[in-house]
Amino acid sequence: MKCVIKTRRLVLLAIIVLPFAVAWAEYADVVINTQAQGKGMSPVIFPHWFHRVRFQCSVCHVDIGFKTKAGASGITMDKISQGQFCGACHNGEIAWSAENCDFCHSGIRDLETGIQGGHKTSGPGYF
Amino acid sequence: MTRYSTVKLLLLLATVAAIPATLAEGWKALEDDDLHDPSNPAVSILQDPEEALSVLAPDSAGNKVNWVEAIRRGQIKPRASLYGDKPGKQHDSDVVMKNTLDLPFVLFPHRAHNEWMSCEMCHETLFQSVRDGNAISMVKILEGEFCGVCHGAVSFPLTECNRCHSVLRDGAPASSSGALVPKE
Repeated sequence: MKCVIKTRRLVLLAIIVLPFAVAWAEYADVVINTQAQGKGMSPVIFPHWFHRVRFQCSVCHVDIGFKTKAGASGITMDKISQGQFCGACHNGEIAWSAENCDFCHSGIRDLETGIQGGHKTSGPGYF
Repeated sequence: MTRYSTVKLLLLLATVAAIPATLAEGWKALEDDDLHDPSNPAVSILQDPEEALSVLAPDSAGNKVNWVEAIRRGQIKPRASLYGDKPGKQHDSDVVMKNTLDLPFVLFPHRAHNEWMSCEMCHETLFQSVRDGNAISMVKILEGEFCGVCHGAVSFPLTECNRCHSVLRDGAPASSSGALVPKE
């Protein structure tokens, strides 16, 4: 029997569709657990959607210097306290201060660093 | 049926079964999203996506928000700088990419992107500002390079083929990638 759907196209379709079906997180939520759990804190959940309502992409990714790859920025609480990364806003002036630990460190234990809902979580690079 | 065909059939069934679930997915409350810890007291304080996103220009994919349209309708005014004291840059030219095999050409609108970010977000790191200077391919995009740095991660996902492949082929010979076509 002649195959109606070419295998390569089917695999590509499956790669694109399947990750969405299993992920409940909001699209583009970022889990950051490079250091948190190792230091006794819950993983950080960063909601892109909340922040992009308020700021253009380049404010964080150009001006402040966040990398466009989850876990690659080398964020630490020391740097945040010095006004770098999240601390550029979360300083009690533009947004609530970093003293509200639970607001960011709100993730379930053992989550792995990564971006949710897209190809970078379980797409081609995953197989 | 060969073993290979069986695997292929199972893959097809799993994919087809997953499509309705993908389309039906709405905004999950934080406590139900499999990321936030429901026992964390902050989870009841933080805003749920539905409250913020359901009032914005709707879309069928990603955050279920058409983010470009949300700006144009004045629903949101994301700042171009930390204190909102720097105006966003304006650049309004379209780039048509014709090296797309038998698919429609790709039209890249600078304006829609510039409304969301400054030039330095892409140039000269992700994309070189020269004609035919970027060896873009769908494989690289799927691996998170070029357009795939954002699309499929935070901007509308790669299931939305026609939003980029939006210019019907006119029989003209395909150029190498990234031919610049001035806006009429």
